[in-house]
Amino acid sequence: MSEVPRAEAPPTVHRVEVVYRDEIPDPRGRAAATLLTEAGLRGLECVRTARLYVLEGASDPDRIARELLVDPVVERHAVDAPCLPEKGPQTRVLTVVRRPGVMDPASASVRRGVHDLGERVEAVRTAWRYYLMGELDDAAERLAIRVLANATVEEVLVGPARVPGSLGQRLPPGRSAARVSLNDLEEDALLGLARGRGLSLDLEEMRAVQQHFLRLGREPTDVELETIAQTWSEHCKHKTFAAPIRYTGPEGRREVVDGIFRTFIVAATRAIAAPWCVSVFEDNAGVVAFDGPWCLSFKVETHNHPSALEPYGGAGTGLGGVIRDTLGTGLGARPIASTDVFCLGPPDLPALEVPPGVLHPRRVLRGVVAGVRDYGNRMGIPTVNGALVFDRRYAANPLVYCGSVGLVPRDRVAKEARSGDLVVAVGGRTGRDGIHGATFSSAALDESSETLSSGAVQIGDPITEKRLADAVLAARDRGLHRSITDCGAGGFSSAVGEMARGLGAEVDLDQAPLKYPGLGPAEVWISEAQERMVLAVPPAALEGLRALCAEEDVEVAVLGRFTDSGRLVLSWHGETVGDLDLAFLHEGMPRPERVARWDAPRRASTGTGEGRTPRPRRPSGEVLLALLSGWDTCSREWVVRQYDHEVQGAAAVRPLVGPWEGPSDAAVLAPLAGSRRGVAIACGLAPRYGDLDPYRMAACSIDEAVRNAVAVGADPARIAILDNFAWGDPSDPATLGALVRAAQACHDVAVGLGTPFISGKDSLNNVYRHEGRATAIPGTLLVSALGVLEDVTRSITMDLKGPGHRLHAVGLTRDEVGGSAWGALEGLEGGEAPAVDAGRARAIYAAVHQAMGQGLVLACHDASEGGLGVALAEMALAGEAGLEVDLGRLPVDGDLDDARRLWSESASRLLLEAAPEAAGALEACLAGLPHADIGATTASGRLVVRGTSGGEVLEAPLEALREAWRTPLGRALEGGSP
Amino acid sequence: MKGPRSGRGVRPRVVVLRTAGTNCDLETVHALQRAGAEAERVHVRRLAERPADLGRYAILVLPGGFTYGDDVAAGRVLAVELRARLGDALGEFVAHGGLVLGVCNGFQVLVRAGLLPGGPAALGPEPQATLAANESNRFECRWVHVSVRGGGSPWLPERDEVWPLPVAHGEGRFLTRGPAVLEALEREGRVAFRYVDERGRPGGYPANPNGSAHHIAGVTDPTGQVLGLMPHPERNVEPWHHPAWTRLGVRAAGEGLALFRRGVAAARSG
Repeated sequence: MSEVPRAEAPPTVHRVEVVYRDEIPDPRGRAAATLLTEAGLRGLECVRTARLYVLEGASDPDRIARELLVDPVVERHAVDAPCLPEKGPQTRVLTVVRRPGVMDPASASVRRGVHDLGERVEAVRTAWRYYLMGELDDAAERLAIRVLANATVEEVLVGPARVPGSLGQRLPPGRSAARVSLNDLEEDALLGLARGRGLSLDLEEMRAVQQHFLRLGREPTDVELETIAQTWSEHCKHKTFAAPIRYTGPEGRREVVDGIFRTFIVAATRAIAAPWCVSVFEDNAGVVAFDGPWCLSFKVETHNHPSALEPYGGAGTGLGGVIRDTLGTGLGARPIASTDVFCLGPPDLPALEVPPGVLHPRRVLRGVVAGVRDYGNRMGIPTVNGALVFDRRYAANPLVYCGSVGLVPRDRVAKEARSGDLVVAVGGRTGRDGIHGATFSSAALDESSETLSSGAVQIGDPITEKRLADAVLAARDRGLHRSITDCGAGGFSSAVGEMARGLGAEVDLDQAPLKYPGLGPAEVWISEAQERMVLAVPPAALEGLRALCAEEDVEVAVLGRFTDSGRLVLSWHGETVGDLDLAFLHEGMPRPERVARWDAPRRASTGTGEGRTPRPRRPSGEVLLALLSGWDTCSREWVVRQYDHEVQGAAAVRPLVGPWEGPSDAAVLAPLAGSRRGVAIACGLAPRYGDLDPYRMAACSIDEAVRNAVAVGADPARIAILDNFAWGDPSDPATLGALVRAAQACHDVAVGLGTPFISGKDSLNNVYRHEGRATAIPGTLLVSALGVLEDVTRSITMDLKGPGHRLHAVGLTRDEVGGSAWGALEGLEGGEAPAVDAGRARAIYAAVHQAMGQGLVLACHDASEGGLGVALAEMALAGEAGLEVDLGRLPVDGDLDDARRLWSESASRLLLEAAPEAAGALEACLAGLPHADIGATTASGRLVVRGTSGGEVLEAPLEALREAWRTPLGRALEGGSP
Repeated sequence: MKGPRSGRGVRPRVVVLRTAGTNCDLETVHALQRAGAEAERVHVRRLAERPADLGRYAILVLPGGFTYGDDVAAGRVLAVELRARLGDALGEFVAHGGLVLGVCNGFQVLVRAGLLPGGPAALGPEPQATLAANESNRFECRWVHVSVRGGGSPWLPERDEVWPLPVAHGEGRFLTRGPAVLEALEREGRVAFRYVDERGRPGGYPANPNGSAHHIAGVTDPTGQVLGLMPHPERNVEPWHHPAWTRLGVRAAGEGLALFRRGVAAARSG
């Protein structure tokens, strides 16, 4: 292989440094100072930042600086000199620069600007410099390096002398294709080979590969081996969800589950057989009918492991990846909304309790929010719905879910590559980024992951993806391609391998445009460089595609063609480096039986009616303030405001609603100009119930997602759902047993509610190993809901609309405080997790929707985490409206004390505000269902709750509730971007 | 070059300029069409090939987005491109009575190119104002109130009004090169939009979401034909756009539509 080419005489390198003028405050410096102080840095007086541009071969660096790089109103600059004193006892200078091979999107923009100025530059690299002022020792400097840079993608040059010099990529050259000796290996050696190459294949799978090549009478090439490993990875093939499972359930009942996915998820959708499901489980996203010729697509993905190591890049590329799923749905769907759900360690986790090699939850949260913000906002896709869940067990394995909703014409949903079509790559170039992402994300993390897996972490370039999106959607409308898929995990190997299924393909790997020279064929084939897609293009359409892409500034490369050979043939500069049977690739994977077991945990009583004396409890007013300000309930405003949730001009119900901006149950958009048809987007997850019963956990997750969509006005007969499981180690029978039990609930509740699954994904092995101990996340199921509203002007928001109205509770409250927020606050163990009666829930949602259709409902909110008490407070504070409620009138099951009436988290409950004169019509809608008028809205500016004995059990001014709810997250995270 | 008059008529022709990273073009076209215009999205690259084509339009709109990733600074790279490739055509366009609107990133581009606040005469590498990083150092999306200065620009209503509009930006802090520029803007009545609270009075954060000098949210050039603003009028056009529509009731249209209607009406009659 050739070395990185170097010119004989390297071109001159100039450094342009730009700082804020001395009289202008430096907001980035202030934010850095806050982060450093929070991290425990002592003696810091102030931080100033400088942007550094390293220009190679620039014709006139000073003019480039003045006319392109500097804002003369607030900034000044220096060429080949520092802007601020670099030396002195009180100053330390750190320069943070991206590691070689890590995307630097600004570089291309600067080159374009230089060109427009009529100047020249050969290469551009950007960096940030931090001037730290104060009494700082070397230990402080080391701490600052850790806080200001992420070693996974950045390096820090210390002091004045060290500045980036030549821009030549210091990358080792790629290996060319090589035979791998496999066929003679014994067990240990087979496993050693898999481990050494990071293949994430187990012994049985390695044996199947060995058998295959023994039959062929030859050794595999490294390209072939990598292709098989990528295709068979848990990430791509979902082995656990497809495997037959010997399951032992409660009371020792045994059964064989013929694949979780088929038995519980697909079966539910088949049983429901909704006529409006257009494409389910086939494409990159599920597709449902929407409005006339338009369909909606929805897909949610996880990007957990990369986000644990580099939260900003991990979450950004997570969102970028799921947006490409939308672009790759049918012949291309237009992304209209994004969602994000983060499960993290608590923001106030003491530093000593952060596991080794793991970033603090605050840093993870800041990073993932910034990653989603920068990718979503720049793409111009509103991020409209999401959730935050905090639990210590997520500290080492944070979960990052990103979702994308798209619009696609019904006649552009079907796709099929044909033999003779060209294999065309469009979008970004291929580099060494993200090699082994698919196999890495299928393995567990440990304290060394940070250093070993840096190749698997990347920084995205949303503008490249925006250009790609513009081009793909135009190509769709002009009918230039017959099939499309995105390059996600596994890169070209997965994309082409999937599209060629049932056909065949010949691919010239040397035709892929590269970011830099030196990649070998295996690297090109499995690179997970972002912002790339593969199209199947009829030869006659190629010129049209080239012209369109030239206009949009998108690179096009013909990599090969689809055939009918049933083989995937890969070549590299004329030499065949891989020749795989597609049937073996897709169906040759062993499907070993797994073992799963679920034992009900021993339940402790929480006190009611069983003779146990409950411990003295806090007064309800105090509980309410504590719950409202708790991490799981407090306002998400700090996150929400950083996302553009208005772009595309479709928002009808936003994440924060009412004059005091309470938490909306779901988002509603009117995405088609000139139409009032709406789409509701909601989610539900309840991992805490899983410790008591994964079945109820999953049931509540579905019920909550659906209920949230119904609360804003979605038609419950038109709600599709997505399942995204994040689980621990499936080779542990108890962990897998919990998964089976959760999946059973998915089936039962989805069928009961009539809400089909249309897409889903699983992320397993979310386990952190340290010193022989393993910590797994709580089994987590995110359910996302996509609902349709006939008319967005009939949407309902959760803020109370004003005094003089009645408040109705619908649904039954039971003694279900197990896993509740109140239970956690009071330290109660055990108890019942909420159970879902899907039949009754369905009836409730239909009745509430009917009442909404008749215009009877002024506000609607679901009662879930924190129970009735929190729901009441949220409605009141959102609407800046007083509320007086009588717990004695609440529909309950059995004999419940006031605390349980307030804090039990029973499922399927909604609170409705209605005018007094609507009572009769409302009664007609709700007849036969548990419901009651439990109080009235007032002008008192207070929330007042009376207990069953008639006395006040809770009384609080709205300002106090609002203050408790609104401030905690912002206060914990204030300090700006990482 | 033909003057922009050729773009006039019952449905004035509007060019909505786009490039890599433009992302508010579709809803801006929709707002213009609702206001009675014939709006067309055109890639800057195509217009740069034939700058004279600008003369076929009555209105030029630079919509919101993150052109070229807002690398270096928001709107900077597109501003350099406009100056280099379309500078003369822009000057001629305004001289012939063409209207120009820049929203959010479009405003940033106009300011960085010098077209605002100075007008075509000030096009060049020495801008008199900037839209710097928000004081919060964060991108923020929220609804604000702006007081609209009546008269003085074909884009604006005849009388002063207060509109609710959403902002969504990280670099919107309007600052000028020295106090004289600011004083001239005030004296000449070219502060078209000012951040105010719900009662119409200037206030601190969050009423002023970014720390702009004199609470400035939008300005015009000396002719009034060129208008730029950080808030998004195209996001307050439909009856359900106002964040409190579930309390206020469904209206015929949002306040932002008035801006497009005024501009389109002016182009029609001008």
